[in-house]
Amino acid sequence: MAAPEASSAAVPTLMTNNTLRNAFGGVLSFFILLLIGVLAFSIRLFSVIKYESVIHEFDPYFNYRVTQFLTKNGIYEFWNWFDDRTWYPLGRVIGGTVYPGLTLTAGTIWWLLNSLNIPLSVETVCVFTAPIFSAFASWATYLLTKEVKGAGAGLTAAVLLAMVPSYISRSVAGSYDNEAVAIFALIFTFYLYIKTLNTGSLFYATLNSIAYFYMVCSWGGYTFIINLIPMHVLLCIVTGRYSSRLYIAYAPLVVLGTLLAALVPVVGFNAVMTSEHFASFLVFIIIHVVALVYYIKGILSPKMFKVAVTLVISAGLAVCCAVIAVLIALVASSPTKGWSGRSLSLLDPTYASKYIPIIASVSEHQPPTWPSYFMDINVLAFLVPAGIIACFLPLSDASSFVVLYIATSVYFSGVMVRLMLVLAPAACITSGIALSQAFDVFTRSIKFQLPGLSSNTEVDAGETSSATKEAQNDAVKTEKAEETSKDRPSRKSKKKEREHVEKPSTKTKAEKKRLLALPLEASVISLLLLVFLGAFYVVHCVWAAAEAYSAPSIVLTSHSHDGLHVFDDFREAYAWLRHNTDVDDKVASWWDYGYQTTAMANRTVIVDNNTWNNTHIATVGTAMSSPEKAAWEIFHSLDVKYILVVFGGLVGYPSDDINKFLWMVRIGGGVFPHIKEPDYLRDGQYRIDSQATPTMLNCLMYKLSYYRFVETDGKGFDRVRRTEIGKKYFKLTHFEEVFTTHHWMVRIYKLKPQKNRIRGKTKKSKSKTSSTSSSKRSERGLFRHGNVFGGKEAQNQFCISSILGLVPCATTGPPKRQI
Amino acid sequence: MEGPIRAREALALTLFSLLFFLSRSSALHDLLISNAERRIDLSSHIVKVYLTLKVENAGSSPASEVVLAFPPSQVDHLATVEALATKGKRKKTTFVRLEVKPTELPDAPNDTKYFTIYLANPLNSAESITLEVLYMLTHSLEPFPAEIGQSESQLVYYRDSALVLSPYHIKQQTTFIKTPSTKVDSFTRVEPTNRAGTEIKYGPYEDHTPYSFSAILVHFENNSPFAVVEELVREVEISHWGNLQVTEQYKLVHAGARHKGVFSRYLLARLPPRVHSVYYRDEIGNISSSHLRTDSRKSELEIEPRYPLFGGWKATFVIGYGLPLQDFLFESSEDRRYVNFTFGCPLMETVVDKLTIKVVLPEGSKDPSAVVPFPVDQHLETKYSYLDVVGRTVVVLEKKNVVPGHNSHFQVYYTFKPIFMLAEPLMLASAFFLFFVACIAYLHIDLSIRK
Repeated sequence: MAAPEASSAAVPTLMTNNTLRNAFGGVLSFFILLLIGVLAFSIRLFSVIKYESVIHEFDPYFNYRVTQFLTKNGIYEFWNWFDDRTWYPLGRVIGGTVYPGLTLTAGTIWWLLNSLNIPLSVETVCVFTAPIFSAFASWATYLLTKEVKGAGAGLTAAVLLAMVPSYISRSVAGSYDNEAVAIFALIFTFYLYIKTLNTGSLFYATLNSIAYFYMVCSWGGYTFIINLIPMHVLLCIVTGRYSSRLYIAYAPLVVLGTLLAALVPVVGFNAVMTSEHFASFLVFIIIHVVALVYYIKGILSPKMFKVAVTLVISAGLAVCCAVIAVLIALVASSPTKGWSGRSLSLLDPTYASKYIPIIASVSEHQPPTWPSYFMDINVLAFLVPAGIIACFLPLSDASSFVVLYIATSVYFSGVMVRLMLVLAPAACITSGIALSQAFDVFTRSIKFQLPGLSSNTEVDAGETSSATKEAQNDAVKTEKAEETSKDRPSRKSKKKEREHVEKPSTKTKAEKKRLLALPLEASVISLLLLVFLGAFYVVHCVWAAAEAYSAPSIVLTSHSHDGLHVFDDFREAYAWLRHNTDVDDKVASWWDYGYQTTAMANRTVIVDNNTWNNTHIATVGTAMSSPEKAAWEIFHSLDVKYILVVFGGLVGYPSDDINKFLWMVRIGGGVFPHIKEPDYLRDGQYRIDSQATPTMLNCLMYKLSYYRFVETDGKGFDRVRRTEIGKKYFKLTHFEEVFTTHHWMVRIYKLKPQKNRIRGKTKKSKSKTSSTSSSKRSERGLFRHGNVFGGKEAQNQFCISSILGLVPCATTGPPKRQI
Repeated sequence: MEGPIRAREALALTLFSLLFFLSRSSALHDLLISNAERRIDLSSHIVKVYLTLKVENAGSSPASEVVLAFPPSQVDHLATVEALATKGKRKKTTFVRLEVKPTELPDAPNDTKYFTIYLANPLNSAESITLEVLYMLTHSLEPFPAEIGQSESQLVYYRDSALVLSPYHIKQQTTFIKTPSTKVDSFTRVEPTNRAGTEIKYGPYEDHTPYSFSAILVHFENNSPFAVVEELVREVEISHWGNLQVTEQYKLVHAGARHKGVFSRYLLARLPPRVHSVYYRDEIGNISSSHLRTDSRKSELEIEPRYPLFGGWKATFVIGYGLPLQDFLFESSEDRRYVNFTFGCPLMETVVDKLTIKVVLPEGSKDPSAVVPFPVDQHLETKYSYLDVVGRTVVVLEKKNVVPGHNSHFQVYYTFKPIFMLAEPLMLASAFFLFFVACIAYLHIDLSIRK
């Protein structure tokens, strides 16, 4: 950084040369950014190349279906969409319960392309939305980090983010989920906040509100923003960093942002009524008080000010106490203390497992393990502390924000493995700063100790190892030069401040040069080590993208001695349902397969991955854990015609319904007390072998999974549980098998039609029906929580069987969503 | 079982002869058929009927048309009617293809439908000619029982008449029905009737009046897969940059008895040689079970539906492939080109209920006209594809009841100026140019209000 400054000051003839170099640097950094975008996009295409261009997993299928609806029927129909093909017979108001950001984004892209007569299908657009937005996210990271620590750090952070595995896991091509666009929105909102903080421009403040609006549209994680920014504002105020720029960065965001957020149907009045948003309002009041104080301080003499302070404090305290009391009373009066279940489980990690089994049942809501940190952010985990230190040298408003961001996201990622995604950008930014600063120090000391070289570098573009670094520095200069030439009044203040910050720092750097210089050998070796570290990171990221996170989970492959095997059973079953059942038939399955059934088979389902009605899920769980006749009655009362079970016993697919059965019993038993978990347990374990309890061997799930299973090998050996099944020969009386896929992974049964009533038996069956209906009436009141964010959980293969001691966790299995 | 059928057929017979007397039309009855031999082949699910007619002109004026009659139930399933005139005797026999067209005749009894054969040379008085007629029927075998278990064999009904339906007097006629195996559950007897091996012989019958009809029913075993493509849309897109892109959308159904044993899991599609970038998918993604074998004369694509098709089950899928343009596109004159492509369904041994072929001509082509060897419905559409401004002309050909016999070539002629090929690249180039100009302009314009 010092070299160009010195040259421009010392030799005026070099001025032209220097502007040329600045321009060259600008172009270079532009192309580097372009390449970073290409990298971010193309590293996510492994799934398309290795598998195919297809939507992945569970939630993306729902988003895909919503997008299809949007492109077909238009935006107004979309807002009013009542979906009667799910949660039968309740239905679901999609328009009012879905975060529309992702859908609207993809819908807009599709519309734009089609209006240019580029006939891409909705599916193609959906598949590639995530990689495109990853490129945007890495550019947003560049902008954010540039605001904090200059263009060099910005480029480093951008390249780190482009391939951070944690983010790749959510944004490979085909992973069409909210997080794909939300991370971009998150980083971009933070960038605009920092930009406003640095410039004090109302223009950026407005943009910031709009970016925040986009974030609210996209993901429930927007509460992170609306809590983190107030925290930072509070931090600034407390540390005496209050300025009018801070006020402009914050006040418009709260007012405009809250108004805009309330426009999103799924948020609505929650934007002012739930506790997640209260912190921002509290800080909003505080910043006004502080602003008033600063204003009064400005117009009063110090003596008068002291008097005023004592006056105001005594009066203000009273008012504050009253307001706080009212707030606390309001919060306390709501049943969950105003916090939604998921937010509460963020604050109290044990909350979910204690109270909401359905949240606990999703593996991505578990706390992460240590290896998952290494898997997901890799070497960044070691660079983060260095980056935090670099942020304190010197501490600015922007760098304090980064420190706060990393600190809070580390906490949240520790609570819920899914939130590792929020940590990833923070880790990339701090690591980018750390790497860039380290390179800066090492190259400077090398240059300082090689006098021949140092004189050369003043003219030359720089030595090879630090070429990019130089270019990055140049980029800053170019921008500055451009600003000077334009001389925009709005940027003046910002520029002044920049110079204010940078001038002394460069001066002191020049003075400290001698002190900071490291031994030549040490710096060369350190540089090499850093390069190795970076190389290791790249290798790991590419491996993670290619091997760990690219499996679409609806089509599985396995390598064996005789080549590649493809297990396409899920789509086989869904295609069968789609073409060979009536369009209005109802299909019951465990909720995991709800989204896929509605999207791929186009059939009505009873429950799906939007787990908004626990009672309904419990009804299905109860039916699955009941004996055949009771189950038939429950399903018949729900108009179900087909039942779909996933069974991995033949090929050893570990995340099948038998392994999820624990949760069916637990969730079912939570609502319908006649299902008792101990009835299914032998010595505290779920077993399906000869030691299994009679309740287990007679429940519907067992029967549907193992019906005719013994015909495959003569013994009935289950390859997931690694045991012979307990009951081998049995017949189904109320269900008939209509379809079983190639590898037996999906089995579809049909409810047999009701038998003709025989006079003598009428009474008996009647009493049975009435008992079920009365038990239904006694269901607990519905309680509702937002949609369980779905998505992939590849690295974190919790295995129910390992927990329960059924069998060792099978690692060859596909990613598991539910444990 | 045979009793009631016999009664019914007797009734039909009288009814038809009655109708005949009511509706005698003059022109038709100059001709008479001295001998008719019919061979009905029931070995696959496509019914092939070979009819040999010896036509005599008993009138005084020369006749140039011979009319064939079909009962209305057969007309809906009629895939193709071809007629050949035989010339010469014994070994020197040559065949001349004759034109056959559906015609409407007034006073058709019982909605009988007609096809007219146009003779090459008018048949003079007292002369005779031998005509070979081939027609194919689809969906004419009705599974009975309609639902069977996996291991049972499939039995089907075939309904027809023991007598050839004709507006002419037939002096002598015989009908042979060939069944795929010797397993024939039952068949209607219209004496004299013989059964030997896989063949049932009806006749010879002497001197039957026009529109004689005698319903027969054959119940026999037929285990061949009933592969029916309910709807096939083939889109052929021509790009003058050297590629012919074909997309075929199938709606396949197994029309056999419900829940019949596995329908050959493999289907064979015969594609043109030098085929490239083949894909096989459905609306939820790629179907991984397919094999492509290519040699210099043909390409064979072996495909497997996602799930085995049991009787009554359906599946849909799309096959797409690219072909080198020079194999199919030819210049006929200045700027006038034609594309030569196969009609019909590439899948072997399947019936297509409704086939739509869309030939998408390049943007800017004019005066399209299609030449198809048999009657089809034609109309034009416009399609917008990559960056089109005026849209591409699409020649749409539609035909119902397509059988493998229809796999012949058809041509679409159109006029195209090569300069139109450059339209889209130039458009893109100018768009980028304007974008860069706009960027340069933005960087050089000072929009600030205050200096």
